[in-house]
Amino acid sequence: MSEKFDVIVVGAGPSGNAAALRLAEAGLSVLQIERGESPGSKNVQGAILYSDALEKLIPDFRDDAPLERHVIEQRMWVLDDNSFVGSHYRSDSFNKEPYNRYTMIRAQFDKWFSERVQKAGALLICETTVSHLLLDGQRVIGVMTDRQGGEIYADAVILADGVNSLLAKKAGFHPELKPKNVALAVKEIHFMPQEMIEQRFGVKGDEGVVIEMVGKITKGMMGTGFLYTNRESIAIGVGCMLSDFKNQKITPYELLEQMKAHPSIQPMLEGGEMKEYTAHLIPEGGFNAIPNLYGDGWMIVGDAGMFVNAVHREGSNLAMTTGMHAADTLIELRSEGKEFTSANLKRYKARLDESFVMKDMKKYKNMPDVFHTNPQFFNDYPDLISQAARTMLTVDGVDKKTKEKEIRKSFRQRRSLFGLMGDAFKLWRAFE
Amino acid sequence: MSVVVKVPAVKVEEKLFQNRYKVDSGRPHISIIDEDKCRNHCEAQACTVCCPAACWTAEANGQVTVISDGCLECGTCRIVCDEHRNVAWEYPRGGYGILFKFG
Repeated sequence: MSEKFDVIVVGAGPSGNAAALRLAEAGLSVLQIERGESPGSKNVQGAILYSDALEKLIPDFRDDAPLERHVIEQRMWVLDDNSFVGSHYRSDSFNKEPYNRYTMIRAQFDKWFSERVQKAGALLICETTVSHLLLDGQRVIGVMTDRQGGEIYADAVILADGVNSLLAKKAGFHPELKPKNVALAVKEIHFMPQEMIEQRFGVKGDEGVVIEMVGKITKGMMGTGFLYTNRESIAIGVGCMLSDFKNQKITPYELLEQMKAHPSIQPMLEGGEMKEYTAHLIPEGGFNAIPNLYGDGWMIVGDAGMFVNAVHREGSNLAMTTGMHAADTLIELRSEGKEFTSANLKRYKARLDESFVMKDMKKYKNMPDVFHTNPQFFNDYPDLISQAARTMLTVDGVDKKTKEKEIRKSFRQRRSLFGLMGDAFKLWRAFE
Repeated sequence: MSVVVKVPAVKVEEKLFQNRYKVDSGRPHISIIDEDKCRNHCEAQACTVCCPAACWTAEANGQVTVISDGCLECGTCRIVCDEHRNVAWEYPRGGYGILFKFG
């Protein structure tokens, strides 16, 4: 199989599919290599699909993409051990087409996306693992697969091989991931009748609800929980920084089990049937952890490049956008008759800098450090906020002014006045 | 005031039982590089705590063992072993390993 292609794309997730689609549409010869039995069979996501990035690639995606529900209500919950304080935002404006975001099931979505890519002319081979990159000096000239006679050559290789990004590491392009730069997320999918979901969440038809959660469910670890409504299933999961799991000696599936048993969460899952348990790492190191993204004959896209906006829970849209820019860079160079050298591929980085991708990554560059060094945001505040709500909402003959005093005192006792001011400042700086 | 919710012991095997796998018999994709390091030089043995599929076991004799049949291919064990770099971690051969139905 010592064929040569214009471009090899390793991986058929959102970033790889975006890149391969774009390249094939421009008439380049593209080979896409996927290690799963079909695209999506190795991939995990919550999952929320943001329309914008996909719309730029496939404007008519809504016609046949396997979407679950369009999100009309976003809930943010802060939980202590047996309560939650929440804000719910629901708007009928989210019910107007074209919808802005959907819940989806990744195994189905990736398969659909890949069919579009193949229709555009890319060649896909599945059940094939790339073991390493073929190098000529510093230049990537192809890949070695685990198939017989597994060398395949190309003018450029796009590494869309996901968070573990083994290929770039083996080639020495970037070092091993650090536990503080990845979150470990575990998730279950629970099936139940469609009507049950509609009644439970007050929705009809294809309307959906998502709940993002912080607080005691992560036991002081930096992380969040989530619950997403699909058409006839609910995805429930929790993710925390791997360094925190390690330091606090907490086992991920026990954490998930305890979260599922929370009195505010358990009733939403009641009567469902769990049909899959998944785990996945999320690259959450942010801007400062982004590795080298290109070199002679290679580019990195998606999770492999740390492209996740942890604050806004965005990832697949960044993956698609980076995949698109990587492809567009190659298409532009090819049309100018230029080679895929490191000096020329610099344009990929320039494109990303211009786009929302790097602007957003940069905006939140201090966020990981702020939360790493200040566990009170995941521990003390959920307790305090919940206590405050309970104090104000309990009618017990104590006047409201006294209650307010009690609340202020509880905050000062737990965090001190300086601590409170410091925390507010840190958050403000990180979000600024 | 706060009540800790009592949860029965979690059997991860019951969770993994719902998943689909194509196990590459006799060809584990994860292995320990130097067993002595785990036994005598690693107190934390974080792999045995953090693995979401409980593939890693801290044995009574201090040894660590790994059976990767139920592996979810997340990469946790490799990354969490940052002090010793003692995990040889490859993806399974094409088509083998976890096959997510929903992901």
